[in-house]
Amino acid sequence: MSPLLILEQVLNGLQLGVMLFLMAAGLTLVLGIMNLVNLAHGSLYMVGAFVAAMVARWSGSFVVGLLVALPVTALVGVVVERVALRRLYERDHLDQVLATFGLILFFNEAATMIWGPRAVYLDGPSWLSGAVEIIPGAPYPAYRLAIIAVGLAVAVLLYLLVTRTRLGMLIRAGASNREMVSALGVDIKRLYTLVFGLGAMLAALGGVMAGPIYAVEVGMGEHILIQTFVVVVIGGIGSVRGALVGAVLVGLVDTLGRAFLPGMLTLFLGPATAASLSASLASMAIYILMAAVLVWRPSGLFPAHG
Amino acid sequence: MKLQLIALGLAGALLAVPAGAAEPVKIGMITTLSGGGSALGIDIRDGFALAIGQEGGSLGGVPVELMAEDDGRKPEKATEIANRMVERDKIGIMTGIVWSNLAIAVVPKVTGKGVFYVSPNAGPSKLAGAGCGPNYFNVAWQNDNLHEAMGQYVTEKGYKNVYIMAPNYPAGKDALKGFKRFFKGDLAGEVYTKLGQTDYAAEIAALRSAKPDAVFFFLPGGMGISFLKQYAQAGLTDKVPVFGPAFSFDQTILGAVGDAALGVINSSQWNKDIDNPANAAFVADFQKAYGRLPSLYASQGYDAARLIGSALMAVGGDVSNADGFRTALKKADFASVRGKFRFGPNNHPVQDIYVRQVVKEGDVLTNKIIATAFTDHADAYAAECKM
Repeated sequence: MSPLLILEQVLNGLQLGVMLFLMAAGLTLVLGIMNLVNLAHGSLYMVGAFVAAMVARWSGSFVVGLLVALPVTALVGVVVERVALRRLYERDHLDQVLATFGLILFFNEAATMIWGPRAVYLDGPSWLSGAVEIIPGAPYPAYRLAIIAVGLAVAVLLYLLVTRTRLGMLIRAGASNREMVSALGVDIKRLYTLVFGLGAMLAALGGVMAGPIYAVEVGMGEHILIQTFVVVVIGGIGSVRGALVGAVLVGLVDTLGRAFLPGMLTLFLGPATAASLSASLASMAIYILMAAVLVWRPSGLFPAHG
Repeated sequence: MKLQLIALGLAGALLAVPAGAAEPVKIGMITTLSGGGSALGIDIRDGFALAIGQEGGSLGGVPVELMAEDDGRKPEKATEIANRMVERDKIGIMTGIVWSNLAIAVVPKVTGKGVFYVSPNAGPSKLAGAGCGPNYFNVAWQNDNLHEAMGQYVTEKGYKNVYIMAPNYPAGKDALKGFKRFFKGDLAGEVYTKLGQTDYAAEIAALRSAKPDAVFFFLPGGMGISFLKQYAQAGLTDKVPVFGPAFSFDQTILGAVGDAALGVINSSQWNKDIDNPANAAFVADFQKAYGRLPSLYASQGYDAARLIGSALMAVGGDVSNADGFRTALKKADFASVRGKFRFGPNNHPVQDIYVRQVVKEGDVLTNKIIATAFTDHADAYAAECKM
């Protein structure tokens, strides 16, 4: 186990973390500010990826696909918020879970009707197709470096939005005490629609960025949704900073667990037992992390609600 | 005169029995039609329906009604549908399940109630060995088969140090067990990944540092698409060749993988270029009916229908003649699209398994056969089957 391999795996973990952050940022805003458990967040991720794949096929350009997918998915999010979710804010979380689970089925069926049941093709731009040898002997895909860059840029932009703008102030205020905010005359309905649209756009960005490395298929959002919820719970509901830290933690723990548990267990057990045991342990690692964080800090690392 | 009339009346009544079979024979199909993995179930259903369509609503000359229902890839939902089909709809023939864990949940239950189950896909070792049964027939393969073929081929090609990988679930373990049964070299690594995993960066980095001379992987559906794309991006495609079963290089997913799959060698019991009249008619009619190339799964659905048709014809549509129907199924007297086909003692196929390569025909990625890995290959569990 060379130090270079460890470094490469840390980079892999960071990249997975950034990918998760794109999803978690939107989810944590919706959950924290609107107090809405939105299981359909993964569906918006899927819609973003499918729209980008379709537009990229027509136009021959990944970037055009990305630029079209973001506003289209935001619009889909806004429509969903107005038509369906608006009725759920006053209901309890179980109703929200049921209704947004229904939305997952709706979106999966709609995607099957529009794009078919088979996975579709989406490749990154050709200028990112190569590999960069930032670690000697281990060429790292340029596209994955681009994901890290985009994710960190989004983190900075969101930070500026939340801390430096009027909208951000309202978002923070809404997360702490929504009754007070609406009592002060803020149009909370419009704020919710805006936040949901922003969350949808972030989910779409995650989906489009994932397209060239993952399979773009019906149901793709459900795989990543569970990990995203783990990130949000670890980071603290409603906190963008928490989402970033939580995502990187989850990405690192998941990647390093998968990378090094088999080798470590083989030292103690036979290779066959170690292979199957480490696979089980590695898939539990992020949940163990979540449990540990919750024991230490019951409302996550950076709780938004005071 | 009177006697003649009575005789006529009797003859009429007798004739009315098959005519009364204008009440078509119901065939229950439980398969995955929505959500992730639905491409497989849809192809099985479409292949099956094509065979019925070719005969204008009949199989083996017996009118049939296909009742296809969506299991959403969930064992509990599949079980619930199966119960309903058996108890309420009194269905005598069932088929359709894609996934091994669903098959293990449903098949023993329905065959225990006297229903015939013809598997168009899943062939878990559990149901091929000690858990086999007289009413369970698998028309596709036993899970290990295609992996065994790849183990054989990789050995023949002189690879000595292979890295192997599969998801951590029953079919994944069957897969690597099957590969190892016929692979004679060393293992550079044996890795079980999470079921439904999308990111393989960690595995690819570990794989690269293990310096294998080849990689064998079984990652069905979207997992395989993700892995192949990421493997190509890591720049390994030209350095370390990958091998796998047909499931990751099938017509349902090649389009999504793109050129990253070009040239990859994989194993299958069927391909669209197998030269026989049944296959030619199947491939042409499937394309005409659905406007796409048929997949391995479609071929299996189609063969399931043709097998059931051959047995229905033998008993004149009377499935309550269980012994006759069973004997007829066992004979496998139908023209399989893969050429010769028969059942072994455990009602699993004895068949040839081919080696294919991914090629481009015009703009479309597809497979062509380049070698035969096994002739008349049976599975390893037949000896454990006592019936």
